[in-house]
Amino acid sequence: MTTRYLGKPIKRNEDPQLLTGQAQFVDDVDLPEMLHVAFKRSDYAHARIVSVDVEAAKAMPGVIAVYVAEDLGDYWQPSPLLVPPPPAQHVVFNERTAGQLAKDKVRLVGEPIAMVIARSRYLAEDAAETIFVQYEPLDPVMDLEAALAEDSALVHEGVGSNVAAHVIQEKGSYETARAEADVVVSRRMLYDRGASAPMETRGVVAHYDALSQELVVWDSTQAPIPIRNGLASMLGLSERQVRVIAPFVGGGFGPKIMMFYPEETLIPWAAIRLERPVKWIEDRREHFYATTQERSQLHDSEIALTRDGKILGMKDVFLHDTGAYIPYGLTVPLNTQCTLLGPYVVPHYYSEFRAIFTNKTIVTPYRGAGRQQGVFVMERLLDLAAKEMEMDPLELRRQNFIPPDQFPWNNEIIYQDFSELTYDSGDYEPILDKAMDMIGWEDFRENEQPRLRAEGKHVGIGLVMYVEGTGIGPYEGARVHVESSGKVTVVTGVGTQGQGHYTSFAQVVAEALGVPPEDIAVTTGDTGQFDWGTGTFASRGAVVAGSAIHAAAEMVREKAIQHAAEHLEAREEDIELADGFAQVRGSPDARVSLAELAANANPLRGAVRPGTEPGLEATAYFGPEMGATANGAHAIILEVDPETFDVKVHRYVVVHDCGTLINPLIVAGQVHGGVAQGLGNAFYEQLVYDDASGQLLNASFMDYLLPTSETVPRVEVGHEETPSPLNPLGVKGAGEAGAIPVGPAFAQAIEDALADTDIEILEIPLSPNRLFEIVRRATTET
Amino acid sequence: MENLFTVTVTVNGRQYERAIEPRLLLSDFLRHELGLTGTHVGCEHGVCGACTILFDGQPVRSCIMLAVQANGHEIQTVENLALDAKPENLHPLQVGFWEAHGLQCGFCTPGFLMTLLPFLEEHPDPSEEEIREAISGNLCRCTGYQNIVDAVKLAAGKMQETQAGPGGAA
Repeated sequence: MTTRYLGKPIKRNEDPQLLTGQAQFVDDVDLPEMLHVAFKRSDYAHARIVSVDVEAAKAMPGVIAVYVAEDLGDYWQPSPLLVPPPPAQHVVFNERTAGQLAKDKVRLVGEPIAMVIARSRYLAEDAAETIFVQYEPLDPVMDLEAALAEDSALVHEGVGSNVAAHVIQEKGSYETARAEADVVVSRRMLYDRGASAPMETRGVVAHYDALSQELVVWDSTQAPIPIRNGLASMLGLSERQVRVIAPFVGGGFGPKIMMFYPEETLIPWAAIRLERPVKWIEDRREHFYATTQERSQLHDSEIALTRDGKILGMKDVFLHDTGAYIPYGLTVPLNTQCTLLGPYVVPHYYSEFRAIFTNKTIVTPYRGAGRQQGVFVMERLLDLAAKEMEMDPLELRRQNFIPPDQFPWNNEIIYQDFSELTYDSGDYEPILDKAMDMIGWEDFRENEQPRLRAEGKHVGIGLVMYVEGTGIGPYEGARVHVESSGKVTVVTGVGTQGQGHYTSFAQVVAEALGVPPEDIAVTTGDTGQFDWGTGTFASRGAVVAGSAIHAAAEMVREKAIQHAAEHLEAREEDIELADGFAQVRGSPDARVSLAELAANANPLRGAVRPGTEPGLEATAYFGPEMGATANGAHAIILEVDPETFDVKVHRYVVVHDCGTLINPLIVAGQVHGGVAQGLGNAFYEQLVYDDASGQLLNASFMDYLLPTSETVPRVEVGHEETPSPLNPLGVKGAGEAGAIPVGPAFAQAIEDALADTDIEILEIPLSPNRLFEIVRRATTET
Repeated sequence: MENLFTVTVTVNGRQYERAIEPRLLLSDFLRHELGLTGTHVGCEHGVCGACTILFDGQPVRSCIMLAVQANGHEIQTVENLALDAKPENLHPLQVGFWEAHGLQCGFCTPGFLMTLLPFLEEHPDPSEEEIREAISGNLCRCTGYQNIVDAVKLAAGKMQETQAGPGGAA
């Protein structure tokens, strides 16, 4: 199919606004008489609250109100469970979610205890500092294994243990596979916590207008529509009375879809109660405690193979740290469980996990959402098995790929969308070949590496594969409208956090209507404009909302052609749309503008024909029956400094198949940024806790290191396009893939670089210091 | 209770006089007193660089300066780079970012632009290494930096072509 706008690297519609400082973020909302919030948050990871004294705070200058849990009355509620447990065979789930303000007990450092509202944030913080909380400290539950000990303190006494959930999923019989295996490799692996750290922290502004009885909430959320629906229900308002706007959002990465954060329900409540606009903007320190985090899991994993390298089965038993509550259900560990299988034929699989309550910040999906850990386990076990069998690690992968004629491929276990994990399409060998080719695998191994090693350099190469479920349901919707000026507006419910939706969605419509993308205005994330949908997560924006937009645009196209055929007295099949006009093919003079058609279709007098609709407008929805499966390979060449154990990445290659590309510029950008986050996760970023006190020790950008321009390498991106059969555009999600397999690629290359030490990398993140410890341990043991 | 000081500050060529608390951060002053919300606050401890502005022509972090320190000084913010958001009015540096897809969420972008403006004045034809060093104090969580580096190269070329020279409004 020849396309005019789809698949083109079109520069983004939203950029001029962002580049000139005119894009509105939540903290840019400024309203008359606005009040400001600061929270008194828990100093302890785990403690009973004996008393909270807010009298001094109430007397502080500029303070309007101070609220503790008891002041909320019936409005105090544990937050709703976002995702219920899956309908898998063996599932135990102990639902525990947090109330807005802590009552009786605190379960993590930073849990909000009191809300102070004052004339300025400065005054609110002054007052919050005077709040005196008397605590009775309890032992913090920090370690995943220790949490299961009989004498462990309990995060939630009522549960009777620290087990938040227990899930077993099984395909075939691993025990049978193991009995037949020639080679069995088992290891314990650890993946630790990091912070998503978007450059914009979270924020909420709420304004209740008593005359119109309308509540408007600006929220840096990835899911404005569910927030609107939930707020209406909690506040006893009609959904028509609540408008939630997610304006420009400065990065989301998953944690901004958690709902409801306590601040999201408290700020609107206060705005109604006080009849004044109320603003809360999370500061960076708060972000390290109050915004959800991810990744801590401890795996005991095993792979069983034949002598010639055929995978017979996998067993993976892991502990998943869910933090102090479990509001997002089991999405993260389910993703781990499912993504582990990768692009390989695994006939028998036993997977069991326990989600563990700890006295740490709540865990919900962060870009990759559990997939990192699964890919790490599988790819590491393949590397170790290859080593044990003296096989080439890439050949081992190649001979276990699901063949391209076997799709759809059903893995027979339940995925995060509760459907059976089924890959819609894929072709993995060309991906592997292309990645090997782009990184220069053979040449590096045969020439470059020996040469550099002879110079005393510790250089290594790694290449790993992954599969990523993207674009899951339930649905999204969109409305496409041609205005009487000829300009096109598109509204959809998903929020946008920098993914370029204003442009890629415009391209989809441009293709259908023959209007240049720059003349198409996309609005996302404003329930006042469109209020059916779920949100931006699971790499689903382009897939699900994009397909809904496509459907609506096609309907508008049909209407325009009908009207044009009538207007031009031509046959519908002879009408084509281009450059804002409908014209008769081959007779460019016989044409009419979309503007005129739109105006004619919305007359002030006369009658719109029965059975037709006025205007050039259509609304459509799209709900995929299951997710589309993207896949790819990451390859890396790096060098380890044997003195400092600093690591420099020389080359980074991503070959990526996300189906049909809408905008390759945007997709490449998503991949670049994902890799940067993945490298941060692999080597720079780790949330370090003191196990004795439960305190986070590095809650600042001074101590928690985000990758910088001097540490992130150039990423070379190769695209393969295997269209998804599940949607008309053939697209698969692209948002998370860059971040997912960086850890195992990094680990494989480090082992290769330090091949003389015989180390095994079984954990992420590393750091120069940790790498030094691993090498020292390996070299002193042998 | 409030001990107010009167400051006179020139921002983007316009003089403002305000009575402010001595503890008011310069970033908050610009954003909330003057309504210049293009300057963003990402960390409030001087690390991320999102709040970078030009203070007497030098890039500084407005979140770790007090507004009273700006008394009698001249400040430029991102709003000064272009007359408005019309494509034809953008500064070559902004065009470079646009064409190279040097921004995603765009939250950190104003800080990058203000850091780079004086840099490009001193380095009209910078190498990749020089660019990477110049922006190493600005954090971006979306782009992985490489398109920013390309944007700067592109902008440097444009600025040399047009001889426009950085520093002035387009």
